[in-house]
Amino acid sequence: MGRIGVIFKRELIGYFATPIAAVFIIIFLMLAGAFTFYLGDFFARGQADLIPFFDFHPWLYLVLIPALAMRLWAEERRGGTIELLFTLPVTLWEAVAGKFLAAWCFTGIALALTFPTWITVNILGEPDNGVILTSYLGSFLMAGGFMAIGSCVSALTKNQVIAFVISVVVGLGFVLSGFPMVLDVFSGWAPQFLLELISSFSFLTHFNALSRGVIDVRDLVYFLSLIGFWLFATALMLEWKKAE
Amino acid sequence: MESMVELRQLRKTFGPIVAVDEVSFTVGQGEVLGFLGPNGAGKSTTMKMITGFLTPTGGTAKVNGFNIQEQPLEAKKSLGYLPEGAPAYGEMTPLSFLVFIAEMRGFRGAELDCRVAETMEKVNLEGVAHQPIDTLSKGFKRRVGLAQAIVHDPAVLILDEPTDGLDPNQKHEVRGLIRTMARDKAIILSTHVLEEVHAVCTRAMIIAKGKVITDGTPAELEARSRRHNAVILRLRGPLPDGVQAVLEGVPGVKRVEVIDEGLAEHEYRILPADGQPIISAISQCVHRQDWDVVELSVDRGHLDEVFRSLTMPAQALT
Repeated sequence: MGRIGVIFKRELIGYFATPIAAVFIIIFLMLAGAFTFYLGDFFARGQADLIPFFDFHPWLYLVLIPALAMRLWAEERRGGTIELLFTLPVTLWEAVAGKFLAAWCFTGIALALTFPTWITVNILGEPDNGVILTSYLGSFLMAGGFMAIGSCVSALTKNQVIAFVISVVVGLGFVLSGFPMVLDVFSGWAPQFLLELISSFSFLTHFNALSRGVIDVRDLVYFLSLIGFWLFATALMLEWKKAE
Repeated sequence: MESMVELRQLRKTFGPIVAVDEVSFTVGQGEVLGFLGPNGAGKSTTMKMITGFLTPTGGTAKVNGFNIQEQPLEAKKSLGYLPEGAPAYGEMTPLSFLVFIAEMRGFRGAELDCRVAETMEKVNLEGVAHQPIDTLSKGFKRRVGLAQAIVHDPAVLILDEPTDGLDPNQKHEVRGLIRTMARDKAIILSTHVLEEVHAVCTRAMIIAKGKVITDGTPAELEARSRRHNAVILRLRGPLPDGVQAVLEGVPGVKRVEVIDEGLAEHEYRILPADGQPIISAISQCVHRQDWDVVELSVDRGHLDEVFRSLTMPAQALT
Protein backbone atom coordinates (compact mmCIF):
# COMPACT_ATOMS: atom_id res chain seq x y z
CA MET A 1 0.00 0.00 0.00
CA GLY A 2 1.55 3.27 -1.10
CA ARG A 3 1.14 6.65 0.51
CA ILE A 4 -1.96 7.39 -1.59
CA GLY A 5 -3.45 4.23 -0.12
CA VAL A 6 -2.56 5.26 3.45
CA ILE A 7 -4.20 8.66 3.00
CA PHE A 8 -7.18 7.06 1.24
CA LYS A 9 -7.74 4.66 4.12
CA ARG A 10 -7.44 7.34 6.80
CA GLU A 11 -9.85 9.65 5.00
CA LEU A 12 -12.44 6.98 4.31
CA ILE A 13 -12.39 5.74 7.91
CA GLY A 14 -12.61 9.40 8.93
CA TYR A 15 -16.00 9.76 7.21
CA PHE A 16 -17.37 6.88 9.21
CA ALA A 17 -15.79 8.06 12.48
CA THR A 18 -17.88 11.23 12.30
CA PRO A 19 -21.62 11.74 11.79
CA ILE A 20 -20.86 12.89 8.23
CA ALA A 21 -21.21 9.40 6.81
CA ALA A 22 -24.57 8.66 8.40
CA VAL A 23 -26.05 12.07 7.63
CA PHE A 24 -24.85 12.12 4.03
CA ILE A 25 -25.91 8.58 3.20
CA ILE A 26 -29.33 8.86 4.82
CA ILE A 27 -30.11 12.21 3.18
CA PHE A 28 -28.83 10.98 -0.17
CA LEU A 29 -30.96 7.83 -0.06
CA MET A 30 -34.05 9.69 1.14
CA LEU A 31 -33.82 12.37 -1.52
CA ALA A 32 -32.98 9.88 -4.26
CA GLY A 33 -36.04 7.86 -3.27
CA ALA A 34 -38.35 10.84 -2.90
CA PHE A 35 -37.37 12.30 -6.27
CA THR A 36 -37.78 8.99 -8.01
CA PHE A 37 -41.14 8.03 -6.60
CA TYR A 38 -42.85 11.41 -6.28
CA LEU A 39 -41.33 13.80 -8.80
CA GLY A 40 -40.34 11.07 -11.22
CA ASP A 41 -43.66 9.21 -11.09
CA PHE A 42 -41.83 5.91 -10.93
CA PHE A 43 -44.95 3.76 -10.62
CA ALA A 44 -47.37 5.72 -12.77
CA ARG A 45 -45.02 5.65 -15.75
CA GLY A 46 -45.58 1.91 -15.94
CA GLN A 47 -42.10 1.31 -17.34
CA ALA A 48 -39.47 -0.99 -15.94
CA ASP A 49 -36.45 1.28 -16.04
CA LEU A 50 -34.60 3.63 -13.71
CA ILE A 51 -34.71 6.75 -15.88
CA PRO A 52 -36.66 8.81 -13.30
CA PHE A 53 -34.16 7.67 -10.68
CA PHE A 54 -31.03 8.67 -12.59
CA ASP A 55 -32.51 11.86 -14.07
CA PHE A 56 -32.39 13.51 -10.68
CA HIS A 57 -28.84 12.56 -9.87
CA PRO A 58 -27.19 15.68 -11.36
CA TRP A 59 -29.39 17.89 -9.18
CA LEU A 60 -28.85 15.77 -6.12
CA TYR A 61 -25.10 15.85 -6.58
CA LEU A 62 -25.14 19.55 -7.28
CA VAL A 63 -26.12 20.23 -3.68
CA LEU A 64 -24.87 17.22 -1.75
CA ILE A 65 -21.38 16.76 -3.16
CA PRO A 66 -20.21 20.33 -2.50
CA ALA A 67 -21.39 19.77 1.08
CA LEU A 68 -19.05 16.80 1.28
CA ALA A 69 -16.23 18.39 -0.70
CA MET A 70 -16.17 21.72 1.11
CA ARG A 71 -14.33 20.22 4.05
CA LEU A 72 -11.70 18.38 2.02
CA TRP A 73 -8.99 21.04 2.20
CA ALA A 74 -10.73 23.86 4.04
CA GLU A 75 -10.78 21.74 7.17
CA GLU A 76 -7.15 20.69 6.87
CA ARG A 77 -6.25 24.33 6.68
CA ARG A 78 -8.51 25.43 9.51
CA GLY A 79 -7.24 22.72 11.85
CA GLY A 80 -3.60 23.22 10.87
CA THR A 81 -3.26 19.57 9.86
CA ILE A 82 -2.30 20.71 6.37
CA GLU A 83 1.07 21.62 7.87
CA LEU A 84 1.36 18.17 9.34
CA LEU A 85 0.39 16.47 6.09
CA PHE A 86 2.76 18.40 3.87
CA THR A 87 5.75 17.99 6.16
CA LEU A 88 5.37 14.21 5.95
CA PRO A 89 7.30 12.55 3.13
CA VAL A 90 4.43 12.82 0.66
CA THR A 91 4.08 14.65 -2.63
CA LEU A 92 1.37 17.21 -3.25
CA TRP A 93 -0.11 14.99 -5.93
CA GLU A 94 -0.30 11.93 -3.66
CA ALA A 95 -2.13 13.92 -0.99
CA VAL A 96 -4.57 15.44 -3.49
CA ALA A 97 -5.25 12.06 -5.09
CA GLY A 98 -5.59 10.17 -1.79
CA LYS A 99 -8.09 12.60 -0.34
CA PHE A 100 -10.08 12.88 -3.56
CA LEU A 101 -10.28 9.13 -4.10
CA ALA A 102 -11.54 8.58 -0.56
CA ALA A 103 -14.25 11.20 -0.99
CA TRP A 104 -15.20 9.82 -4.41
CA CYS A 105 -15.27 6.27 -3.08
CA PHE A 106 -17.51 7.46 -0.25
CA THR A 107 -20.07 8.83 -2.74
CA GLY A 108 -19.71 5.51 -4.56
CA ILE A 109 -20.74 3.72 -1.37
CA ALA A 110 -23.75 6.00 -1.00
CA LEU A 111 -24.65 5.35 -4.65
CA ALA A 112 -24.25 1.60 -4.24
CA LEU A 113 -26.64 1.69 -1.29
CA THR A 114 -29.45 2.67 -3.69
CA PHE A 115 -29.48 -0.98 -4.81
CA PRO A 116 -32.99 -1.60 -3.35
CA THR A 117 -34.35 0.64 -6.11
CA TRP A 118 -32.66 -1.59 -8.66
CA ILE A 119 -34.06 -4.70 -6.96
CA THR A 120 -37.53 -3.14 -6.91
CA VAL A 121 -37.55 -2.48 -10.62
CA ASN A 122 -36.34 -6.02 -11.27
CA ILE A 123 -39.16 -7.44 -9.19
CA LEU A 124 -41.77 -5.25 -10.89
CA GLY A 125 -40.67 -5.89 -14.44
CA GLU A 126 -37.82 -6.82 -16.70
CA PRO A 127 -35.60 -3.79 -17.09
CA ASP A 128 -32.49 -3.64 -19.28
CA ASN A 129 -29.88 -4.24 -16.59
CA GLY A 130 -27.10 -3.26 -19.00
CA VAL A 131 -28.56 0.23 -19.29
CA ILE A 132 -28.88 0.42 -15.51
CA LEU A 133 -25.24 -0.57 -15.12
CA THR A 134 -23.99 2.10 -17.54
CA SER A 135 -26.25 4.61 -15.78
CA TYR A 136 -24.63 3.75 -12.47
CA LEU A 137 -21.23 4.16 -14.11
CA GLY A 138 -22.24 7.53 -15.56
CA SER A 139 -23.65 8.66 -12.23
CA PHE A 140 -20.47 7.66 -10.42
CA LEU A 141 -18.26 9.47 -12.95
CA MET A 142 -20.42 12.56 -12.69
CA ALA A 143 -20.13 12.42 -8.89
CA GLY A 144 -16.34 12.38 -9.38
CA GLY A 145 -16.61 15.49 -11.56
CA PHE A 146 -18.56 17.38 -8.91
CA MET A 147 -16.17 16.16 -6.23
CA ALA A 148 -13.08 17.29 -8.16
CA ILE A 149 -14.59 20.76 -8.62
CA GLY A 150 -15.39 20.87 -4.90
CA SER A 151 -11.88 19.75 -4.03
CA CYS A 152 -10.36 22.62 -5.97
CA VAL A 153 -12.69 25.24 -4.50
CA SER A 154 -12.08 23.86 -1.02
CA ALA A 155 -8.34 24.31 -1.52
CA LEU A 156 -8.96 27.99 -2.16
CA THR A 157 -10.54 28.99 1.11
CA LYS A 158 -10.48 28.29 4.82
CA ASN A 159 -14.17 29.14 4.97
CA GLN A 160 -16.36 26.11 4.34
CA VAL A 161 -19.52 28.11 3.64
CA ILE A 162 -17.77 30.02 0.87
CA ALA A 163 -16.36 26.76 -0.46
CA PHE A 164 -19.85 25.27 -0.55
CA VAL A 165 -21.51 28.19 -2.32
CA ILE A 166 -18.79 28.56 -4.95
CA SER A 167 -18.76 24.81 -5.61
CA VAL A 168 -22.51 24.81 -6.17
CA VAL A 169 -22.27 27.73 -8.59
CA VAL A 170 -19.39 26.21 -10.57
CA GLY A 171 -21.16 22.85 -10.57
CA LEU A 172 -24.34 24.52 -11.82
CA GLY A 173 -22.35 26.06 -14.64
CA PHE A 174 -21.18 22.60 -15.69
CA VAL A 175 -24.62 21.06 -15.42
CA LEU A 176 -26.27 23.79 -17.44
CA SER A 177 -23.55 24.62 -19.93
CA GLY A 178 -25.59 23.07 -22.73
CA PHE A 179 -28.63 25.17 -21.83
CA PRO A 180 -29.64 28.62 -23.11
CA MET A 181 -29.23 29.99 -19.57
CA VAL A 182 -25.47 29.65 -19.85
CA LEU A 183 -25.09 29.82 -23.61
CA ASP A 184 -27.00 33.14 -23.87
CA VAL A 185 -24.22 34.78 -21.92
CA PHE A 186 -21.83 33.94 -24.73
CA SER A 187 -24.03 33.76 -27.82
CA GLY A 188 -23.99 37.49 -28.55
CA TRP A 189 -20.27 37.78 -29.06
CA ALA A 190 -18.51 34.43 -28.90
CA PRO A 191 -17.71 32.49 -32.09
CA GLN A 192 -19.70 29.39 -32.90
CA PHE A 193 -16.91 26.94 -32.10
CA LEU A 194 -16.64 28.37 -28.60
CA LEU A 195 -20.36 27.94 -28.07
CA GLU A 196 -20.11 24.34 -29.17
CA LEU A 197 -17.12 23.84 -26.92
CA ILE A 198 -19.00 25.26 -23.94
CA SER A 199 -22.07 23.18 -24.58
CA SER A 200 -19.89 20.10 -24.96
CA PHE A 201 -18.73 20.66 -21.38
CA SER A 202 -22.18 19.92 -20.06
CA PHE A 203 -22.41 17.20 -17.45
CA LEU A 204 -25.93 16.48 -18.61
CA THR A 205 -25.04 15.71 -22.22
CA HIS A 206 -22.40 13.19 -21.25
CA PHE A 207 -24.36 11.72 -18.38
CA ASN A 208 -27.49 11.32 -20.49
CA ALA A 209 -25.56 9.39 -23.13
CA LEU A 210 -24.31 6.96 -20.50
CA SER A 211 -27.68 6.67 -18.80
CA ARG A 212 -29.29 5.69 -22.09
CA GLY A 213 -26.95 2.69 -22.16
CA VAL A 214 -24.40 4.02 -24.61
CA ILE A 215 -20.80 3.68 -23.49
CA ASP A 216 -18.93 6.12 -25.67
CA VAL A 217 -15.21 6.44 -25.00
CA ARG A 218 -15.57 10.20 -25.42
CA ASP A 219 -17.94 10.40 -22.47
CA LEU A 220 -15.55 8.41 -20.28
CA VAL A 221 -12.63 10.51 -21.42
CA TYR A 222 -14.67 13.64 -20.77
CA PHE A 223 -15.37 12.81 -17.14
CA LEU A 224 -11.91 11.42 -16.39
CA SER A 225 -10.08 14.35 -17.94
CA LEU A 226 -12.44 16.75 -16.18
CA ILE A 227 -11.53 15.10 -12.87
CA GLY A 228 -7.85 15.21 -13.79
CA PHE A 229 -8.04 18.86 -14.67
CA TRP A 230 -9.73 19.90 -11.44
CA LEU A 231 -7.35 17.83 -9.34
CA PHE A 232 -4.42 19.45 -11.10
CA ALA A 233 -6.01 22.81 -10.30
CA THR A 234 -6.42 21.67 -6.69
CA ALA A 235 -2.69 20.98 -6.45
CA LEU A 236 -1.90 24.39 -7.94
CA MET A 237 -4.24 26.15 -5.51
CA LEU A 238 -2.71 24.32 -2.57
CA GLU A 239 0.80 25.20 -3.62
CA TRP A 240 -0.27 28.80 -4.04
CA LYS A 241 -2.39 29.27 -0.93
CA LYS A 242 -0.82 26.76 1.44
CA ALA A 243 0.54 29.29 3.86
CA GLU A 244 -2.64 31.29 4.43
CA MET B 1 30.52 17.85 14.45
CA GLU B 2 28.39 17.04 11.44
CA SER B 3 25.86 19.69 10.50
CA MET B 4 22.36 18.25 10.35
CA VAL B 5 20.54 21.46 9.53
CA GLU B 6 22.11 24.06 7.33
CA LEU B 7 20.49 27.36 6.42
CA ARG B 8 21.99 29.70 3.88
CA GLN B 9 20.62 33.19 3.47
CA LEU B 10 17.11 31.90 3.94
CA ARG B 11 14.60 34.59 3.14
CA LYS B 12 10.82 34.81 3.06
CA THR B 13 8.66 37.72 2.11
CA PHE B 14 4.89 37.99 2.18
CA GLY B 15 4.15 40.83 -0.22
CA PRO B 16 5.97 43.86 1.16
CA ILE B 17 6.57 42.22 4.55
CA VAL B 18 9.94 40.61 5.13
CA ALA B 19 9.25 37.75 7.54
CA VAL B 20 12.70 36.14 7.46
CA ASP B 21 15.67 38.16 6.31
CA GLU B 22 18.67 36.16 5.09
CA VAL B 23 19.06 33.84 8.04
CA SER B 24 22.09 31.54 7.97
CA PHE B 25 23.19 29.02 10.57
CA THR B 26 23.99 25.35 11.05
CA VAL B 27 22.94 22.95 13.76
CA GLY B 28 24.93 19.82 14.50
CA GLN B 29 24.17 16.50 16.14
CA GLY B 30 23.79 16.81 19.89
CA GLU B 31 22.82 20.46 19.73
CA VAL B 32 19.55 21.82 21.06
CA LEU B 33 19.02 25.21 19.53
CA GLY B 34 16.47 27.49 21.17
CA PHE B 35 14.80 30.11 18.99
CA LEU B 36 13.83 33.12 21.04
CA GLY B 37 12.08 36.19 19.85
CA PRO B 38 8.93 38.25 20.15
CA ASN B 39 5.75 37.17 18.38
CA GLY B 40 6.00 37.73 14.66
CA ALA B 41 9.80 37.72 14.70
CA GLY B 42 9.96 35.00 12.06
CA LYS B 43 10.61 31.95 14.24
CA SER B 44 7.70 29.89 12.96
CA THR B 45 8.22 31.01 9.37
CA THR B 46 11.85 29.88 9.54
CA MET B 47 10.75 26.52 10.90
CA LYS B 48 8.10 26.16 8.21
CA MET B 49 10.75 26.69 5.57
CA ILE B 50 13.17 24.19 7.13
CA THR B 51 10.42 21.58 7.22
CA GLY B 52 9.44 22.23 3.61
CA PHE B 53 5.95 23.55 4.28
CA LEU B 54 6.73 27.01 2.96
CA THR B 55 8.80 27.72 -0.11
CA PRO B 56 11.57 30.21 0.63
CA THR B 57 11.70 33.43 -1.38
CA GLY B 58 15.47 33.02 -1.45
CA GLY B 59 18.31 30.98 0.00
CA THR B 60 18.47 27.29 0.84
CA ALA B 61 17.74 24.97 3.73
CA LYS B 62 19.36 21.56 4.01
CA VAL B 63 18.24 18.80 6.34
CA ASN B 64 20.57 15.88 6.86
CA GLY B 65 22.40 16.93 3.71
CA PHE B 66 19.28 17.08 1.53
CA ASN B 67 18.05 20.34 0.09
CA ILE B 68 14.43 20.64 1.20
CA GLN B 69 13.44 22.19 -2.13
CA GLU B 70 15.29 19.82 -4.44
CA GLN B 71 14.97 16.54 -2.54
CA PRO B 72 11.94 17.14 -0.34
CA LEU B 73 11.04 13.50 0.29
CA GLU B 74 14.54 12.51 1.44
CA ALA B 75 14.82 15.60 3.63
CA LYS B 76 11.38 15.07 5.16
CA LYS B 77 12.18 11.44 5.97
CA SER B 78 14.92 12.49 8.40
CA LEU B 79 12.78 15.19 9.91
CA GLY B 80 10.28 15.23 12.76
CA TYR B 81 8.14 18.33 13.13
CA LEU B 82 5.76 19.55 15.79
CA PRO B 83 3.84 22.47 14.25
CA GLU B 84 2.62 25.29 16.46
CA GLY B 85 -0.43 24.22 18.45
CA ALA B 86 0.22 20.51 17.80
CA PRO B 87 -2.45 19.97 15.12
CA ALA B 88 -3.89 16.47 14.76
CA TYR B 89 -6.94 14.85 13.19
CA GLY B 90 -9.37 15.25 16.06
CA GLU B 91 -11.69 12.37 15.25
CA MET B 92 -8.82 9.87 15.41
CA THR B 93 -7.49 8.28 18.58
CA PRO B 94 -3.82 8.73 19.54
CA LEU B 95 -3.26 5.11 18.53
CA SER B 96 -4.87 5.30 15.09
CA PHE B 97 -3.24 8.68 14.48
CA LEU B 98 0.23 7.35 15.28
CA VAL B 99 -0.38 4.28 13.12
CA PHE B 100 -1.35 6.61 10.26
CA ILE B 101 1.80 8.71 10.68
CA ALA B 102 4.00 5.61 10.93
CA GLU B 103 2.39 4.20 7.77
CA MET B 104 2.97 7.46 5.96
CA ARG B 105 6.59 7.18 7.03
CA GLY B 106 6.77 3.78 5.41
CA PHE B 107 6.59 1.40 8.39
CA ARG B 108 4.55 -1.79 8.09
CA GLY B 109 3.71 -4.87 10.11
CA ALA B 110 5.59 -5.77 13.26
CA GLU B 111 8.01 -2.87 13.00
CA LEU B 112 5.13 -0.44 12.82
CA ASP B 113 3.44 -1.92 15.90
CA CYS B 114 6.72 -1.85 17.77
CA ARG B 115 7.49 1.78 16.88
CA VAL B 116 4.01 2.98 17.75
CA ALA B 117 3.99 1.14 21.09
CA GLU B 118 7.46 2.42 21.96
CA THR B 119 6.53 6.01 21.14
CA MET B 120 3.28 5.83 23.10
CA GLU B 121 5.26 4.66 26.10
CA LYS B 122 7.88 7.37 25.70
CA VAL B 123 5.34 10.17 25.88
CA ASN B 124 2.95 8.42 28.30
CA LEU B 125 -0.04 8.12 26.02
CA GLU B 126 -1.05 4.54 26.79
CA GLY B 127 -3.81 5.65 29.15
CA VAL B 128 -5.67 7.58 26.47
CA ALA B 129 -4.75 5.43 23.46
CA HIS B 130 -8.36 4.82 22.46
CA GLN B 131 -9.96 8.20 23.16
CA PRO B 132 -10.63 10.61 20.29
CA ILE B 133 -7.92 13.29 20.25
CA ASP B 134 -10.61 16.02 20.29
CA THR B 135 -11.64 14.93 23.78
CA LEU B 136 -8.12 15.05 25.25
CA SER B 137 -6.67 17.80 27.43
CA LYS B 138 -4.15 20.27 26.07
CA GLY B 139 -1.27 18.42 27.71
CA PHE B 140 -2.21 15.12 26.10
CA LYS B 141 -2.76 16.78 22.71
CA ARG B 142 0.72 18.22 22.90
CA ARG B 143 2.10 14.79 23.71
CA VAL B 144 0.27 13.35 20.69
CA GLY B 145 1.94 16.01 18.57
CA LEU B 146 5.30 15.19 20.05
CA ALA B 147 4.72 11.48 19.51
CA GLN B 148 3.99 11.91 15.80
CA ALA B 149 7.20 13.92 15.45
CA ILE B 150 9.42 11.23 16.97
CA VAL B 151 7.74 7.99 15.86
CA HIS B 152 10.37 7.42 13.14
CA ASP B 153 13.29 8.42 15.40
CA PRO B 154 14.34 11.29 13.13
CA ALA B 155 17.83 12.75 13.02
CA VAL B 156 16.43 16.26 13.06
CA LEU B 157 13.63 17.44 15.29
CA ILE B 158 11.88 20.79 14.85
CA LEU B 159 9.53 21.76 17.67
CA ASP B 160 7.45 24.91 17.48
CA GLU B 161 6.62 25.92 21.05
CA PRO B 162 6.61 22.40 22.47
CA THR B 163 5.65 23.45 26.00
CA ASP B 164 3.26 26.32 25.26
CA GLY B 165 0.13 26.07 27.38
CA LEU B 166 1.29 23.15 29.50
CA ASP B 167 1.22 23.15 33.29
CA PRO B 168 4.56 23.15 35.18
CA ASN B 169 4.59 19.37 35.62
CA GLN B 170 3.89 18.74 31.96
CA LYS B 171 6.54 21.27 30.99
CA HIS B 172 9.03 19.47 33.16
CA GLU B 173 8.12 16.15 31.54
CA VAL B 174 8.41 17.44 27.98
CA ARG B 175 11.75 19.07 28.74
CA GLY B 176 13.01 15.82 30.22
CA LEU B 177 11.95 14.03 27.06
CA ILE B 178 13.74 16.56 24.85
CA ARG B 179 16.91 16.24 26.93
CA THR B 180 16.94 12.46 26.65
CA MET B 181 16.58 12.69 22.87
CA ALA B 182 19.13 15.44 22.49
CA ARG B 183 22.27 13.34 22.39
CA ASP B 184 21.94 11.77 18.96
CA LYS B 185 19.73 14.35 17.28
CA ALA B 186 19.83 17.93 16.15
CA ILE B 187 16.92 19.75 17.75
CA ILE B 188 15.54 23.20 17.04
CA LEU B 189 12.80 24.49 19.30
CA SER B 190 11.11 27.83 19.66
CA THR B 191 9.91 29.20 22.94
CA HIS B 192 8.72 32.26 24.78
CA VAL B 193 9.77 30.85 28.11
CA LEU B 194 13.30 31.95 28.86
CA GLU B 195 13.82 29.48 31.68
CA GLU B 196 13.35 26.77 29.08
CA VAL B 197 16.55 27.88 27.41
CA HIS B 198 18.43 27.03 30.60
CA ALA B 199 16.56 23.80 31.05
CA VAL B 200 17.11 22.23 27.62
CA CYS B 201 19.10 24.31 25.16
CA THR B 202 22.81 24.08 24.44
CA ARG B 203 22.55 27.11 22.23
CA ALA B 204 20.23 30.09 22.10
CA MET B 205 19.43 32.40 19.24
CA ILE B 206 17.44 35.59 19.49
CA ILE B 207 15.49 36.52 16.39
CA ALA B 208 13.76 39.83 15.84
CA LYS B 209 12.26 41.30 12.69
CA GLY B 210 13.42 38.29 10.70
CA LYS B 211 17.07 38.64 11.61
CA VAL B 212 19.33 36.69 13.93
CA ILE B 213 20.46 39.12 16.62
CA THR B 214 22.55 36.88 18.85
CA ASP B 215 23.70 33.30 18.71
CA GLY B 216 25.54 31.65 21.58
CA THR B 217 25.29 29.41 24.61
CA PRO B 218 22.72 30.43 27.24
CA ALA B 219 25.64 31.46 29.48
CA GLU B 220 27.10 33.71 26.79
CA LEU B 221 23.72 35.28 26.36
CA GLU B 222 23.48 35.95 30.07
CA ALA B 223 26.93 37.50 30.01
CA ARG B 224 25.45 40.23 27.87
CA SER B 225 23.21 41.21 30.69
CA ARG B 226 23.98 44.51 32.41
CA ARG B 227 23.76 42.65 35.67
CA HIS B 228 26.04 39.78 34.70
CA ASN B 229 28.45 39.10 37.59
CA ALA B 230 26.82 41.81 39.68
CA VAL B 231 26.92 41.16 43.41
CA ILE B 232 23.92 41.34 45.67
CA LEU B 233 24.88 42.35 49.18
CA ARG B 234 22.50 42.41 52.12
CA LEU B 235 23.71 43.79 55.46
CA ARG B 236 22.11 43.89 58.89
CA GLY B 237 21.72 47.37 60.35
CA PRO B 238 22.17 49.73 61.95
CA LEU B 239 24.94 50.89 59.65
CA PRO B 240 26.96 54.06 59.43
CA ASP B 241 26.45 56.43 56.50
CA GLY B 242 28.62 56.08 53.48
CA VAL B 243 28.38 52.32 52.90
CA GLN B 244 27.61 53.02 49.28
CA ALA B 245 30.70 55.19 48.90
CA VAL B 246 32.89 52.51 50.47
CA LEU B 247 31.57 49.90 48.07
CA GLU B 248 32.04 52.21 45.11
CA GLY B 249 35.68 52.53 46.14
CA VAL B 250 36.35 48.80 45.70
CA PRO B 251 38.45 48.18 42.59
CA GLY B 252 36.48 46.81 39.62
CA VAL B 253 33.17 48.28 40.76
CA LYS B 254 31.36 50.44 38.30
CA ARG B 255 28.31 51.47 40.21
CA VAL B 256 26.36 50.61 43.34
CA GLU B 257 22.59 50.55 43.25
CA VAL B 258 20.62 50.80 46.43
CA ILE B 259 17.82 48.29 46.45
CA ASP B 260 16.72 48.94 50.01
CA GLU B 261 18.23 51.13 52.77
CA GLY B 262 15.93 50.49 55.70
CA LEU B 263 16.71 50.56 59.37
CA ALA B 264 17.05 46.84 59.89
CA GLU B 265 18.66 45.87 56.59
CA HIS B 266 20.47 47.42 53.69
CA GLU B 267 20.51 45.80 50.29
CA TYR B 268 22.76 46.80 47.40
CA ARG B 269 23.35 45.66 43.88
CA ILE B 270 27.00 46.22 42.96
CA LEU B 271 27.58 46.36 39.22
CA PRO B 272 31.02 45.42 37.91
CA ALA B 273 32.98 47.27 35.26
CA ASP B 274 33.15 45.19 32.05
CA GLY B 275 31.28 42.27 33.56
CA GLN B 276 34.34 41.03 35.45
CA PRO B 277 33.82 38.96 38.60
CA ILE B 278 34.10 41.19 41.68
CA ILE B 279 32.71 39.02 44.42
CA SER B 280 36.04 38.26 46.10
CA ALA B 281 36.97 41.95 46.20
CA ILE B 282 33.61 42.76 47.70
CA SER B 283 33.93 39.94 50.16
CA GLN B 284 37.32 41.23 51.35
CA CYS B 285 35.96 44.74 51.70
CA VAL B 286 33.00 43.52 53.73
CA HIS B 287 35.39 41.59 55.93
CA ARG B 288 37.58 44.62 56.52
CA GLN B 289 34.63 46.81 57.40
CA ASP B 290 33.32 44.11 59.70
CA TRP B 291 29.73 44.49 58.46
CA ASP B 292 27.12 41.97 59.52
CA VAL B 293 26.39 40.10 56.27
CA VAL B 294 22.99 38.52 55.64
CA GLU B 295 23.46 37.71 51.98
CA LEU B 296 26.30 37.87 49.48
CA SER B 297 25.58 36.41 46.07
CA VAL B 298 26.47 36.69 42.41
CA ASP B 299 23.89 37.59 39.83
CA ARG B 300 24.51 35.47 36.73
CA GLY B 301 22.48 37.80 34.58
CA HIS B 302 18.94 37.77 33.36
CA LEU B 303 17.92 36.37 30.02
CA ASP B 304 14.70 38.27 30.02
CA GLU B 305 16.60 41.51 30.48
CA VAL B 306 18.96 40.61 27.62
CA PHE B 307 15.96 39.61 25.54
CA ARG B 308 14.22 42.92 26.19
CA SER B 309 17.28 45.02 25.57
CA LEU B 310 18.01 43.28 22.28
CA THR B 311 14.50 43.14 20.89
CA MET B 312 13.27 46.52 22.12
CA PRO B 313 16.40 48.69 21.94
CA ALA B 314 14.56 51.95 22.52
CA GLN B 315 13.37 50.95 25.97
CA ALA B 316 16.52 49.17 27.06
CA LEU B 317 17.77 52.11 29.08
CA THR B 318 14.76 52.47 31.33
